[in-house]
Amino acid sequence: MTSLTIPELRQKLQSRAVTPRDVVDQLAARVEAVDPKLKAYLHLDVEKSRAAADTADPSLPLGGVPIAIKDVINVKGDPCTCASKILQGYVSPYDATVIAKLRAAGAVPFGRTNMDEFAMGSSTENSSWGVTRNPWDLDRIPGGSSGGSAAAVAGHEAFAALGTDTGGSIRQPAALCSCVGLKPTYGRVSRYGLVAFASSLDQIGTFTKTTEEAALLLEIIAGHDPLDNTSVDRPVPRYTSSLRGGVSGLRLGVPKEYFIEGIDPEVERAVRAAIDEYKRQGAEIVEVSLPHTKYAVAVYYIIATAEASANLARFDGVRYGKRASNPRDILDMYGRTRAEGFGAEVKRRIILGTYVLSSGYYDAYYNRAQKVRHMIAHDFREAFKKCDALLTPTSPTAAFKIGERTQDPLQMYLADIFTIAVNLAGICGVSIPCGFTANKLPIGLQIIGKKWGEETMLRVAHAYEQATPWHKEKPPI
Amino acid sequence: MTATDATLTAADYEAVIGLEVHVQLKTNTKMFCGCKNEFGGPSNSHVCPVCLGMPGVLPVPNQEAIVKTLLTGEMLGCQIATRCKFDRKNYFYPDMPKNYQISQYDEPLCAGGTVTLDLLAYPKDAQKDPATVADKPVRLVRIHLEEDVAKSFHFEDGTSGIDFNRAGTPLMEIVSEADMSSPEEAFAYLSALKQILIYGGVSDADMEKGQMRCDVNISVRPRGQAAFGTKCELKNLNSISGVRRALKYEIARQIDLVTSGGKIDQQTRRWDDDKGETTLMRTKEKAHDYRYFPDPDIQPVRTDHGLYEEAAARMPELPKAKKMRLVGQFGVSAYQAGVLASDAALADYFEKAAAPKPANGAAVANFLLNDFLATATGGETLPKVAPEFFAELAELAASGRINSKQAKEVFAQMISTGKSPAALVTELGLAQVSDVRALEAFCDQAIAANPKSVADFKAGKQNAVNALKGQVMKLSKGTANPQLVGEILVKKLSA
Amino acid sequence: MADSPSESIDVTYVADLARLRLSPEEIATFQKQLGDVLGYVGQLAEVDVSQVSLLGEADLKNRLRADEERPCLPVAEALANAPAQDNNLFVVPRIIE
Ligand SMILES: [Mg+2]
Ligand SMILES: [Zn+2]
Repeated sequence: MTSLTIPELRQKLQSRAVTPRDVVDQLAARVEAVDPKLKAYLHLDVEKSRAAADTADPSLPLGGVPIAIKDVINVKGDPCTCASKILQGYVSPYDATVIAKLRAAGAVPFGRTNMDEFAMGSSTENSSWGVTRNPWDLDRIPGGSSGGSAAAVAGHEAFAALGTDTGGSIRQPAALCSCVGLKPTYGRVSRYGLVAFASSLDQIGTFTKTTEEAALLLEIIAGHDPLDNTSVDRPVPRYTSSLRGGVSGLRLGVPKEYFIEGIDPEVERAVRAAIDEYKRQGAEIVEVSLPHTKYAVAVYYIIATAEASANLARFDGVRYGKRASNPRDILDMYGRTRAEGFGAEVKRRIILGTYVLSSGYYDAYYNRAQKVRHMIAHDFREAFKKCDALLTPTSPTAAFKIGERTQDPLQMYLADIFTIAVNLAGICGVSIPCGFTANKLPIGLQIIGKKWGEETMLRVAHAYEQATPWHKEKPPI
Repeated sequence: MTATDATLTAADYEAVIGLEVHVQLKTNTKMFCGCKNEFGGPSNSHVCPVCLGMPGVLPVPNQEAIVKTLLTGEMLGCQIATRCKFDRKNYFYPDMPKNYQISQYDEPLCAGGTVTLDLLAYPKDAQKDPATVADKPVRLVRIHLEEDVAKSFHFEDGTSGIDFNRAGTPLMEIVSEADMSSPEEAFAYLSALKQILIYGGVSDADMEKGQMRCDVNISVRPRGQAAFGTKCELKNLNSISGVRRALKYEIARQIDLVTSGGKIDQQTRRWDDDKGETTLMRTKEKAHDYRYFPDPDIQPVRTDHGLYEEAAARMPELPKAKKMRLVGQFGVSAYQAGVLASDAALADYFEKAAAPKPANGAAVANFLLNDFLATATGGETLPKVAPEFFAELAELAASGRINSKQAKEVFAQMISTGKSPAALVTELGLAQVSDVRALEAFCDQAIAANPKSVADFKAGKQNAVNALKGQVMKLSKGTANPQLVGEILVKKLSA
Repeated sequence: MADSPSESIDVTYVADLARLRLSPEEIATFQKQLGDVLGYVGQLAEVDVSQVSLLGEADLKNRLRADEERPCLPVAEALANAPAQDNNLFVVPRIIE
């Protein structure tokens, strides 16, 4: 049953073939069986989920459907560690807006999934609580930072999961685990209750087996939130009803800068094949240029770390979370709490971010990076004058081996080279399965939409998905 | 930088003073969350995840706080920005939930403007001092909006406790140019500023309650020298008079130092109001590196999309205008009008009392300022009785129903008992005797008893009649209507 | 202010600003790794940004909060996560002013 899609599951729930409680129990059983190998979950309170299931109303859009939650989103009464020691023992006093919306739709929050500490990473190796494994090859990383959510959905330990995407943290792990990873337009989904990494880039999104499920979940979590000043007040389309339009007559852009050397030939072959499939379905393929793409990673590591350096300042041992034992004075408490609480990558980024904002360097780094960011966004606006959506690889390579890149941060950063620009431009992107390498590692196709272009983007994704078998393949686990 | 020429004497030095004032805005809720904005309350009872800086929360600016800041800028003649943004000011301190303060760096809501030091804003003793410069303008640098921090308490056992009720209170920072040169001007600046803030309903600006807090920058330099001396910052100033005392002390200290050949080094000093001295808090460590950057959680704000209009619509009549109107409308003296206008509530009270008969305005003002304020023992600023009572009392006096001596008695009783003047007049049997027959009887007695005065009058000494009048008043125990008595006497004597 | 990154990062100074007490080993590693990263991001110096203004969109719509009360947390919940507390106050080592 855990391999059902949400619409299939809802049929069984509405026909009373199963109760919400059965669903929670069977999912919990699957987790018990598989998670010791995958380590996708950090925390699971089955009793709490059962209780929520018992009150769930199956007639609601997600009535009785369990959804796994990345450990960076607040759920009242749950821990929310962001995979960091510094939030050990913290219990959320409130629900994130997305959680409130899910509850209102009848969904059942189910467990907390693993991630890179504070969503800083591309492999989930930066978790303080251990590495999550890729269901397709347990020696390999699931991608990151939302690796736990991706592995849980791919490993059928979750019907669907929430993740967050700041530079590719949903799309890249979705590609590496062969599921559908949706990153909405900035401002489409409320960030209230999402523990901020980089406020101007973070966006909550979904992991599902199919694009239809992604559309369904987005309909529910999207919309203006008075508690988030950056969430935008515009109507939420019925994404599920515009899925089936097909692509004939659509213009799909292929940015020449996205097929650089360093990209794995197997990945390039799969993506080129996908492009041919779209041609076959009657889409017009146009080449476009995004000339400033090559600066995206540099811009990202200035802006994201600068924002993070301030966002993570609140973790000081005063009001919640970890505090270093018997501090001598307040400075000793700060210095040791943060040194003991944060992992290496988080410290590295806090220092980089503090540096680029510090007096004398602001203009050279932060201010200049903001300007280049504007140019990157402009590139996309120009490109979208020639096409309705863009087709690119999601990740330059398939999943790499655990430990392979931990010693070289810069190499790790380059894993996000194809996804980062989308966050910088504030537009939307989705990664869908588009094949496998010779040794059966998933490959992802990224479809990039205009600002607020989710409908067209999902329609393009759906057209390919219907014509290909990849999303139906199951991992060996 | 500072001249340390020991040949100069204290008299050769002048002080240069600039003030940085933080004002808590009178709003229902905090700056970035819906928590009640209220002084006091049990510790940590006015907090929510947002003002506690919990993981995942977001700030949403309070529109009312922005409007009140714009109104303040408008009242002080500032340039109002059409667009502004909020920035993060980064530094670690346990009373700051996020370890950054949301403030405004390079796009404040208001720039420029002036506070005018009305003579009445100066300390009473300084108002008479010829050296005092009435209506001196003090220029403002800027006004920006930010969030207040929490309150901390320090315990014997070497720990501190933090109450976040105050954290996130809307806070306006008003920065002046270093235009003041005496403790009295600093005093006047704060009084004038407080007056305006109360006029606009922007804040109660009570320093004792911490609603208005001020940091003082003070340096000294030889008169005529353009360059500033090395400045010190004074903290822990909890009242306007405290600011004056602290400055008196600090100026003397600095001048002593430089005239004795010493040199000032940049310090932050704490004022001890009981000891009456400033003591070293810290010598200026290397400049803070606040790493300001635009807060990505908050959209820039357009003040020209309705916010400015809203503020402009709330623009009140300012003290100067009110003063002039009171003179014209109620015939009070310029001085009385000034005193009335210096306190919005007092002025309102006066207008209510004078409205029924504007011609009585001067009389009402006298009762209010001379009889009430001058004698108010408990420090009351407003009478507890209804303004209508003042109107009534003034009318009784004006119409001659009671004389001024009686009016004073009625006033005293009115204040102490709260009874209406009319009631008191009957109760005390104070109605003037204007009954001619009764008065004639008194007059005859007086004439009979004072042949000398009668003779003087007949001899042409007109004012001899006053002696007789006095007699009649005595005989009538002061109840006689003096005017009538005068007329009757003249009639009888000229007969 | 220099418009292109000049001297390299002083990890010790920056770590102090960020209230991170690093070990000498960490400082050495970060010095090297962040040196590489800064070398990489240094490429932004070559971009001509003279035409870009950072002033927000003109069509910006204010999204402000009406001055209306929302419920606060019960005191117990506010303090529930506190590492140290004493009669409803969050307790920390003495604050030096
Ligand atoms: Mg300030
Ligand atoms: Zn609050």
